Amino acid sequence: MANLTINGKSLTLDVEPDTPLLWAIRENAGLTGTKYGCGIAQCGACTVHMDGVATRSCGISVAEAEGKKITTIEGLGAGSTLHKVQEAWIAQDVPQCGYCQSGMIMAVAALLNDNPKPTDADIDEAITNICRCGTFQQVREAIHTIASA
Amino acid sequence: MNKHVSPRMNRRAFVIGSTALGAGLAIGLDIPFGGPAVVRAADGSPEINAWVVIKPDDTVVIRVARSEMGQGSLTGLAQLVAEELECDWTKVTTEFPSPGQSVARKRVWGDFSTGGSRGIRTSQDYVRKGGATARMMLIQAAANDWKVPASECTAANSVITHSPSGKTTTYGKVAEAAAKLTPPADVKLKDPKDWKLIGKGVKRLDTPDKVVGATVYGIDVKLPGMLNAAIKDCPVTGGKLKSYDEAKIAGMKGVKKVVKVGDSAVAVVADTFWHAKTALDALPIVWDEGENKKVSSASIAKWLAEGLDGGQAYVGNSNGDVKTALAGAAKTVEAVYNYPYQNHATMEPMNATALYTADKCEVWCGTQNGEAAFAAVLEASELPADKCDVHKLMLGGGFGRRGQTDYVRQAVLIAKQMPGTPIKLLWTREEDMTHGRYHPITQCKMTAGFDADNNLTALHMRISGQSIQFTLRPDGLVNGMDPSTFQGLAPKGDASFGYSVPNLLIDHSMRNPHIIPGFWRGVNVNHNALYVECFMDELAHAVNQDPLEFRRKLMKNNPKNLAVLEAVAEKVGWGKPAPEGVYRGLAHFMGFGSYVAAAAEISVTDGTKVKVQRIIAATDPGYAVNPAQIDRQIAGSFVYGLSGLFFGGCTVKDGAIEQTNFDTYDSMRIAAMPKVESIVMPSGGFWGGVGEPTICVAGPAVLNAYFAATGKRIRSVPLRDQNITLV
Ligand code: FES
Ligand code: FES
Repeated sequence: MANLTINGKSLTLDVEPDTPLLWAIRENAGLTGTKYGCGIAQCGACTVHMDGVATRSCGISVAEAEGKKITTIEGLGAGSTLHKVQEAWIAQDVPQCGYCQSGMIMAVAALLNDNPKPTDADIDEAITNICRCGTFQQVREAIHTIASA
Repeated sequence: MNKHVSPRMNRRAFVIGSTALGAGLAIGLDIPFGGPAVVRAADGSPEINAWVVIKPDDTVVIRVARSEMGQGSLTGLAQLVAEELECDWTKVTTEFPSPGQSVARKRVWGDFSTGGSRGIRTSQDYVRKGGATARMMLIQAAANDWKVPASECTAANSVITHSPSGKTTTYGKVAEAAAKLTPPADVKLKDPKDWKLIGKGVKRLDTPDKVVGATVYGIDVKLPGMLNAAIKDCPVTGGKLKSYDEAKIAGMKGVKKVVKVGDSAVAVVADTFWHAKTALDALPIVWDEGENKKVSSASIAKWLAEGLDGGQAYVGNSNGDVKTALAGAAKTVEAVYNYPYQNHATMEPMNATALYTADKCEVWCGTQNGEAAFAAVLEASELPADKCDVHKLMLGGGFGRRGQTDYVRQAVLIAKQMPGTPIKLLWTREEDMTHGRYHPITQCKMTAGFDADNNLTALHMRISGQSIQFTLRPDGLVNGMDPSTFQGLAPKGDASFGYSVPNLLIDHSMRNPHIIPGFWRGVNVNHNALYVECFMDELAHAVNQDPLEFRRKLMKNNPKNLAVLEAVAEKVGWGKPAPEGVYRGLAHFMGFGSYVAAAAEISVTDGTKVKVQRIIAATDPGYAVNPAQIDRQIAGSFVYGLSGLFFGGCTVKDGAIEQTNFDTYDSMRIAAMPKVESIVMPSGGFWGGVGEPTICVAGPAVLNAYFAATGKRIRSVPLRDQNITLV
């Protein structure tokens, strides 16, 4: 059993303490927006926010996540209002297959929260998600659009 | 035609049938565009025809048979239908019909396969006709209602207007009546110059769901009572499952069943995937790897090298007499290149969900080929076509991998052992990396001869290595030869060679190791372009000529190739000095009916750290349906192509693929992304693909720039193995 706070809701999930947070989110909490890509903290598809920090949820256990505020892509916006990163993603038509984009958006949202006007170098350092479709050019443009708004 | 679909379709006959129809389908298909018996969508709204459903509130549902894997075909195909339909684009939604429905309706949606960059180009004709037919029927219905000739009515934005009287109505109001009409026999498509929606960079229809995590990919399927499966197939292709010790995992949490899958794999079924995977990892398994265990990268390389000189080879393109010309040449140049196995590494690992009961088998999955997946379900379930179906979902990447159906078959074989329970089979990344359908492995020896005036008089290109068709589509071989091996090298057609050389020989010594090859985004042009375009650069330098000028002389008969090459050269400033420390390289090629070229600007530190600063990329796809999406496909092509060039090599040890995850099979990150400036230059008159061709020019353009920067030739991919990295 683990007590997790996901998108503002307290949930008691029937999982072993060493279950990766990713699978607890996807299979036990039923929130499938967070994606599995590698399971070894390499790709970033599973990125969520833990107390506001971008975190690869495949790489931490539910035990470590207890007591933290977890936000997934489903909880990034406020109700039906989109987060500014999601809005920019639509305006810029960023996603291709879209599979990496939940993680990408979560990583970018956390970056902009810490650093509202990131330089290209800041982006390069903070955003290390894999996108096999290759949306990086649009991702960068969208970040700059938000930063200059 | 598949009009005579027998209730128990033989898989092979079905697949061959689908392939044989291929491009001819566009004209030959007897698509029933509507008819007296109204077909209804699930909510009761009338189908005007198979492509178009119109709801009373004017919502237009456009059916798209091809798959959406990120390349934007869903939006592009909807644009084609909507252009002719004259509907309000803001009211358009889309839907994937299922292959089972299609078969039941005499293959009304034509070909489902989405690969070879043909999603749009091979269905553009009949989907536009679908839109045009529906428009004519809607207008006719309004005209009947008003008792006026249809010729006095026009349609725009889902509104029908009777010009003389000024009366108007909407599509939603006349849809019921229109659906009952007999479709017109003669349908005239718009002249391309009158297109309003085709050619426009409209936004993708699938984006809003993708940014909130609401898109349902195969991995996200949820069905009542569903269980989850994790699988391990024999690490060595051709090997078998010998035994496993189920007792060792008895009592592990959530585990429901351990099952054999075919004769080479074992799966654990559990309440959650995490439990299934954890138990599978703990399961002792004994494999019988068989003979292929003796194969290694070194043994494959040796075998391929033997094919570079002499011996039997299939000839794909030849003119003149290369042998004599080389013997009499004033100067010859020779170089040997190689290109490795590469995994598609779609972001979403392979998966499929199957529900099997004694009289029905349904599968939910992402697939690039709904009909091939359907055929796999028939075969694995041993149920007839009218008792099977495949529900297509969004793909978390395809790149050619999801045109194969191995994962669909596995899911059905597992579900069959648990009738009545839906089973979601998900591969771990490790399973996905080691059980791919790899970019074929080849080596290539290039030999060229010059006369005393430094004119290129002879070129022999000998490719040695794997054929994709030999393993995946043997019916595509012609007297043993795989014509697709010569993609981009053929004497004519939609992947033809861009140069004229007086004495030319391009041949292929086919050698097929046991590693299963696949159609890897770009397919055979990836290595062919690298071999040809790097060697052309070598030849230019061998005779002290500018690489652009050198090529230009050989391209007089290939004006479209030359046009894209010149476009990138001009934009990059070829011939003018590059910025300090920046070096340039060029490449061009033709594939999938399109002409592509790239100019790369790079800088190199310590000879090992390559920064690709800027890429200029030109594409002439004939017609450009959605230039904004083409621009994105081009930019994305450099991520895929440069990831392949620098990191993408799969090596073989003891018969198995060694790379297991992104830590050993890396992929480009945003920091390494060059600035890509695309030039979309549709010259009209033909339909070329855009999802793939550009990838092949990424590698040679950068390698040629690397030579300009360092004076060193790299003839072996990936650069990772030479300690050269992309920064
Ligand atoms: S799935 Fe977590 S980083 Fe890849
Ligand atoms: S959009 Fe497909 S992997 Fe990023």
